Amino acid sequence: MKRKMILYALLTLAAFVMFFPIMYAFSVSFMTSEDILSRRLLPSSPTLDNYRDVLVSVPILHYLMNSFIVASTATLGMLIVSALAAFIFAFIPFKGRQAVFLLFISTLLIPWEATMIPNFFTIQSLGWMNNYLALTIPFFALAFGTFLLRQHFKTVPQELYEAAQVEGLSNFQFFYKVVVPYAKTSFVTLGIFGFLTTWNMYLWPLLVTTNDTVRTVQIGLRRLQADEVATNWGLVMAGVILVIIPTLILLAAGQKQLQKGLAKGAIK
Amino acid sequence: MKQQAADILDTKTLTVQDAIDKYKVASTKTWWQKTGNYRIAFLYLLPSLLLFSVFMFYPMIYSLYLSFFFTDAQGTASAFVGWENYTYLFQSAAFRNSVGVTLLFVLYTVPSSVIIALFLALLANEKLRGIGLYRTIFASTLGMSVAASAVIWLFMFHPTAGILNAALTSINLPALSWLQDSTMALVSVAITTIWMNTGFSFLILLGGLQNIDEHLYESARIDGAGYFYRLRRITVPMLSPTLFFIITITFINSFQSFGQVDILTGGGPAEATNLIIYSIYKEAFIYYQFGPASAQAIILFGAVLLLTLLQFKFGEKKVHYQ
Repeated sequence: MKRKMILYALLTLAAFVMFFPIMYAFSVSFMTSEDILSRRLLPSSPTLDNYRDVLVSVPILHYLMNSFIVASTATLGMLIVSALAAFIFAFIPFKGRQAVFLLFISTLLIPWEATMIPNFFTIQSLGWMNNYLALTIPFFALAFGTFLLRQHFKTVPQELYEAAQVEGLSNFQFFYKVVVPYAKTSFVTLGIFGFLTTWNMYLWPLLVTTNDTVRTVQIGLRRLQADEVATNWGLVMAGVILVIIPTLILLAAGQKQLQKGLAKGAIK
Repeated sequence: MKQQAADILDTKTLTVQDAIDKYKVASTKTWWQKTGNYRIAFLYLLPSLLLFSVFMFYPMIYSLYLSFFFTDAQGTASAFVGWENYTYLFQSAAFRNSVGVTLLFVLYTVPSSVIIALFLALLANEKLRGIGLYRTIFASTLGMSVAASAVIWLFMFHPTAGILNAALTSINLPALSWLQDSTMALVSVAITTIWMNTGFSFLILLGGLQNIDEHLYESARIDGAGYFYRLRRITVPMLSPTLFFIITITFINSFQSFGQVDILTGGGPAEATNLIIYSIYKEAFIYYQFGPASAQAIILFGAVLLLTLLQFKFGEKKVHYQ
């Protein structure tokens, strides 16, 4: 009993510390500027003015839409490209497969930032500046995603593969009729992971967007902060809340899945 | 089928080899079919290999190439300069400062990130009513983008309007200049980073804890082992592969921090938070010095590579694999 009390006390304290910045931002987003100046914790009379103002003064819905398009496209591409490669590493033996696998592993050693200068030139010469292509295509191939899916694909019983061949299923039919449904959970894991990481990208969109056409919400937030900071923190926080709500919901919904899936993919 | 089998039985006089030669169905596997696996592998691996080549291998090599050249503002290599970009960097006080700041930053963030995440994971691994909610809260920063996190902390660090100084003064402590003081600024950026890292590390470590076999704890409990004994003798050794993974990831993440610097300090004050990625970014995309910037990128690559290899070599021995 006493042990339980201590545990709950520790848990609650830790939760308060961890969650404070988010709750505080939430609270500030409903404050008037007087409340903010007097450094209150909670708004004295909650107002939606900040939300109205941020929607009017900045194209934040447009940024959100861009981010949504970028994150879903990149995630979908990531799932397809990784799944195709993972299928080969799990089912189709050929001479030299080990070497190709090593090539995939070697990409894990290249920090993305070490390649950003030539990548920027590549995007320029392809004419992909201010284009969704620049924000999605480079992220389709992912060694981590390939390993995660391969790990799960390998648990498909060999008998199923043999049965499928007896049935005369082509490799591609086997792939999408048997393997994909069988490994559904790892697709969900990788999907959530992919969406979170691409939604939250910062440096790359900063480099390849120079106007608002495809600019994502993270860069929008940076501009909002730079423009508004001196005058209106409430408005900035309203922007922050709008940006984090989609990913926080996704995370809360998929947290169990992520925890199981990522741990598996990471270790074995 | 039946007919064929009967034929074979009739030909007792033939040697086995003859029989095989005579009745061998001309292999239906043509060269086209035998190479089937190669073709399908090629087809399925092509998207990944193509993208890796264009966006990883080629730019890595091109970075190396650029690091030996002077470039114009468009990034075209104009004059070969050998090691000059590198010698310039090692003589430049700004670059040496950036390396020092990065190392200090790693020291600030990695151990504390891992310890805090481990502490939270141990707490959240207890079987209690309502534990799911706590887990969601602890994992929440995984959903926080670097931009959103940095903007929130920027406000909390604010010298007059910020809640942190309000809290300090309310308990009669002096207010701090979180981001304006050159020593404090790096600590502030580190605090933000640790907070952002925790969600991911927590989730992975919790997953690792839940994979540990319950029976180990039961038998230890029967033997009367206390909580800390079990922690030291069962939990940490069994968790070591996961811990090892998290330490490596946190290390590399620290090296690659950018957004929080960009929003919180812009590298200042007086370059006190000019982490290596921020330095590369400024050199390349603000000053258009692509040669020296590429040399920095190559040094970063070397450092990350060395770290990863060292950790594998060093970590491997200390890690207990199931």
